Amino acid sequence: MADQPKTAEPARARLSPRKKQRISRAVQYVVLAAALVAVVLYADWGSLAENFAKPEVASEALPELFTVALRNTIIYAVGGFVFSFVLGLLLALMRLSQVRPYRWIAILYIEIFRGLPALLIFLMITFLPLALPGFEVPGGTYGQGILGLGLVGAAYQAEVFRAGLQAVPKGQVEAARSLGMSASRAQLTVVIPQAIRMVIPPTTNQFVALLKDSSLVLFLGVSGEYVELAKFGNDLASQYANATPIMVAGVTYLIVTIPLGYLASRLEGRKGRNR
Amino acid sequence: MTHAIELQDLHKYFGKNEVLKGIDMTVEPGQVVCVIGPSGSGKSTLLRCVNLLEQPTYGKVFVQGVEVTDPDVDIDAVRRHIGMVFQQFNLFPHMTALQNVMIAQQRVLRRSKREAEVIARENLDKVGVGAKCDALPGQLSGGQQQRVAIARALAMSPGLMLFDEPTSALDPELVGDVLTVMRKLAEEGMTMLVVTHEMGFAREVADRVVFMDGGVVVEDGPPAQVIGDPQQERTRAFLHRVLHPED
Repeated sequence: MADQPKTAEPARARLSPRKKQRISRAVQYVVLAAALVAVVLYADWGSLAENFAKPEVASEALPELFTVALRNTIIYAVGGFVFSFVLGLLLALMRLSQVRPYRWIAILYIEIFRGLPALLIFLMITFLPLALPGFEVPGGTYGQGILGLGLVGAAYQAEVFRAGLQAVPKGQVEAARSLGMSASRAQLTVVIPQAIRMVIPPTTNQFVALLKDSSLVLFLGVSGEYVELAKFGNDLASQYANATPIMVAGVTYLIVTIPLGYLASRLEGRKGRNR
Repeated sequence: MTHAIELQDLHKYFGKNEVLKGIDMTVEPGQVVCVIGPSGSGKSTLLRCVNLLEQPTYGKVFVQGVEVTDPDVDIDAVRRHIGMVFQQFNLFPHMTALQNVMIAQQRVLRRSKREAEVIARENLDKVGVGAKCDALPGQLSGGQQQRVAIARALAMSPGLMLFDEPTSALDPELVGDVLTVMRKLAEEGMTMLVVTHEMGFAREVADRVVFMDGGVVVEDGPPAQVIGDPQQERTRAFLHRVLHPED
């Protein structure tokens, strides 16, 4: 026995790792299937369908679901996005500036608006007219919603841009400067265009986040033609004492957000291949 | 006669590290001067001080009689007349070869688009990449990119050209194309200050070779002397290492 080679021995005695894994996986499938069966058997499908997927209530949502609610969601999101894009780029440039006070202002802004819940910003916006008598956000409810989304989005977008600007190699500025371009001209023609290209994927994700955050417009106390998806769903749900409109609004969000998510990851993949 | 480049007691510190320890040097108009030396000897820093990509800690730099280290000088205006070619090419990756050569002509020299394009094509033809006008830098070989970079500098009609190890990042078989272009420029009478490891090029093309080590100029003279018959022990040791790396 002692002379026998040790390698051949343990292979038979116990279960091989591969066999173990196969058994473990089979057990997991069985447990999953049992859970599924339990859900199917014990859930009150009738009641669930009645409350979350009632066709009559769902049909009440049309056509305003698209013509008003989705339209407004997109207006708030796109408006807020443009606002945050411009302000975010400005903040990023300030954040990387040689001028110290610019850096301080940018850091202060970014820290505050990233640190506060977006909801709080929206609540504050509703109090703006009280704080500044006679002041009104231009664009009415649209303006308020876009302002809130833009202010918050800019803080995140600024960090996205900062990463992009820092990723442009130093040699690019040196080449531009050695051709006689001023510092700002070099930024404008050489650095910023490259930075924007690089941040397209994370910026797409930013847009998705902003689109979802547009639901906070609900807290501006909007009504009628200004309602966006979340408010729209919530109002209808209260009216019919039924959650179906919220489900419908949710599905509508997904119709927009999922393709955008795929787009972002495709752009990311393309970026990896180029360059 | 005004020197093309004159350096007076040039010092450069990076933090506490003194990289240039008092350089005095001139380049005359039409001269080709090659700067050689071991890595870390300060030769790239020296070159970058000429167009102030590095700010000298003290000392003076004159380019065509203008003191560029004078804070009142418009450095952008000075740089327009100094072409620079980098080791890493530094082409703008989001622009085609043609756009790379046009952009500064349009934005800095305010040439019209048509004029800029004519001049860009001329220069791209001259360096042998005229067929690649519409290619992005990423689609070009290193040798082609470096030649586009040379065309980009030439399109500004510079009075002198700085080359910072222009062939060091190239695959060996592509080095020749770039050196040929540089040789042609030299023959046309371009004033050139070239930091290089190409001893063959330095020997054949340079009017003067400057050997730097440890932040000082150790030897300065015609190539036949500095490379062919070095007087200083440090120069001899360096050349031996470069020319006979296997020993």
